[in-house]
Amino acid sequence: MQITSPAFKQNAKGALADVQLQQALGNVRSGFIDKRLKAVEALPEFEALRDSARAIKDHALANLDLYLEAYEKKVVASGGHVHWAESAEDARNIILDICRKANAKTVTKGKSMITEEIALNDFLEEKGIRPVETDLGEYIIQLRHEHPSHIIAPAVHVTQSQVEADFRRVHTHLDAARDLREPEALLNEARKVLREEYFAADVGITGANFLIAETGTSIIVTNEGNGDLTQILPKMHIAVASIEKIVPTLEDASQILRVLARSATGQDMSVYTTMSTGPRREGDVDGPGEYHVVLLDNGRSSMLGTEFQEMLRCIRCGACMNHCPVYHAVGGHAYGWVYPGPMGAVLTPSLIGVDKAGHLPNASTFCGRCESVCPMKIPLPKMMRHWREREFERGLNPAAARSGLKFWAFFARRPALYQAMTAIGMPLLSLLGGKSHRFGWLPLAGGWTRHRELPAPQGKTFMQQVRSARSAGAR
Amino acid sequence: MSGREAILGKVRTALKAKAGDTVRLAAVNERMAKSAPGIIPARGQLPAKERIDLFCAQAVKLFASVERLASADAVPAAVAGYLRQKNLPQSVRMGDDPRLSDLPWSQEGALEVRHGPSDGNDEVGVSHAFGGVAETGTVVMVSGADNPTTINFLPEHHIVVIDATSIQGDLETAIAGIRARFGKGEMPRTVNLISGPSRSGDIEQKLILGAHGPRALHLIVVGG
Ligand code: SF4
Repeated sequence: MQITSPAFKQNAKGALADVQLQQALGNVRSGFIDKRLKAVEALPEFEALRDSARAIKDHALANLDLYLEAYEKKVVASGGHVHWAESAEDARNIILDICRKANAKTVTKGKSMITEEIALNDFLEEKGIRPVETDLGEYIIQLRHEHPSHIIAPAVHVTQSQVEADFRRVHTHLDAARDLREPEALLNEARKVLREEYFAADVGITGANFLIAETGTSIIVTNEGNGDLTQILPKMHIAVASIEKIVPTLEDASQILRVLARSATGQDMSVYTTMSTGPRREGDVDGPGEYHVVLLDNGRSSMLGTEFQEMLRCIRCGACMNHCPVYHAVGGHAYGWVYPGPMGAVLTPSLIGVDKAGHLPNASTFCGRCESVCPMKIPLPKMMRHWREREFERGLNPAAARSGLKFWAFFARRPALYQAMTAIGMPLLSLLGGKSHRFGWLPLAGGWTRHRELPAPQGKTFMQQVRSARSAGAR
Repeated sequence: MSGREAILGKVRTALKAKAGDTVRLAAVNERMAKSAPGIIPARGQLPAKERIDLFCAQAVKLFASVERLASADAVPAAVAGYLRQKNLPQSVRMGDDPRLSDLPWSQEGALEVRHGPSDGNDEVGVSHAFGGVAETGTVVMVSGADNPTTINFLPEHHIVVIDATSIQGDLETAIAGIRARFGKGEMPRTVNLISGPSRSGDIEQKLILGAHGPRALHLIVVGG
């Protein structure tokens, strides 16, 4: 997919002016937050489970090499195949190769952010293999030739009437006079259309929420059941997962599952949690005949051992974006790549480079809500700050911001001078602010004053106030 | 260099770890050997009767329907009754699980029982659960010729028979049960943890039941 992260500002402007998008985003603001809160409040152990989940992932990451090896051994022992992909390109080629060997013409897909990350659909299509998304949200955006705008609700930016229009446009074999006014009718239609695809598919591709080192199992979590039909009906199942999805045992996955569904959708458990190990066994009467796992690095290993390592604990629940005022305002597409919201603001620069994604960690109010709801206790604001520092070190910020900061730093390092200057500056600015005590325009601050007024400073400087308070206290 | 060596090499360098470090390896192996449960919520830790009640209550919250029977012999009549009540044809699909096939199906003369995996043309599937989890109202399904996985997903209605004594308080205990059955570190091809009928919220966040899996999940709890 084309990366538009460098154009975040233009993207955001467009999003704010998009009436339909703003209507759709209302569903994020109202839905997710209350549901999560209710589920969390109903489980007294939730906080303790967050700590437990964090400790599990920290341990797995600190021993990632060993758990990957153990996992591989068990997959092979259960009759599956493991493929290692350093880059997105490697992963695409590996998957194409497996599909070609299976003579695949149609591939059904369960919802997977990793396959978005490696832009698998466009690639397969180019090579003459037809990918069919089966998660309702993913199916909708595939019809629209769009990308997910949310990591668990990919079509959250689309309104019901848009879905209806898309179905009428694409499902031309169905009666044009059919009634599609209710969401149930839309779901029914997708169910019918996709049923045929499941049976037609030669290969089913899913992601994985967890990989279990102890057993060589991959786990997916869904509500629709599409990930299951995707993997049990075709003759081959390919699971694509990034390396940090590993946890040691089934019990570890169980701990994290408790915080995952609650943080994501406010459910205690998603409807379907599916553990897949190897291909079908002797005596089995259904299930895939072949099972492949593609392990993707694509930049994760270079986050290990850095200030961004903790981001690898992320379980893609989406809570951070559901609670983010910036995401609420602009939606997911403005972020310009696969991962939006606070987790995207940290992860995207790691994966595609801060030169392209530098705007994202700046698109934050530092309100801290993301960190407070993150089930894995990932310090997202701190890491955004790290990116800002790196961006500054590498001279990637605009010249005005850099010289402004240098100008300020000059005085900040000289406190006596700083205080003298502010003591003169404050009353002067206060005077210039006029009766309204506000500026409608200021030199060098057009970016701010174009949309709002800046209050003029009033009264004494902070240091003057401290001094007078101290002397008052001494009396 | 293969992708495998490259990735493992990069991970080791980043972690400042050496290949073949026996101390780290021992710690990792011990952790997998122990497979210790972590924090278990108090919610499901109840005596048998309350535990089974909780399982039923949680399942109903997830929009499953629940029926309780004193004995397994009453299952065929209950299945036939469910079909009548829902206006469904008297025909079901099931695997070869003797816990199901040994039941007195012939007493329901009108009821057709077909065996084997589902091909997508079955209105109703019947499975026997491996176990259940009271904490979340979840049924644990294990793949195999006894209970083919396709029956869990393709029929419009999924009827799951579950032995009340197999309902555990928490998922960790259910996992221990799978381990006891299949061996340490071994798993059947597919384990499905199912919590209610399938659903989607992908159209404007509205909850709609009956996405790609069954539209209805009916649990028949036997005993307890
Ligand atoms: S960063 Fe935290 S809150 Fe955001 S998706 Fe990842 S785990 Fe969820």
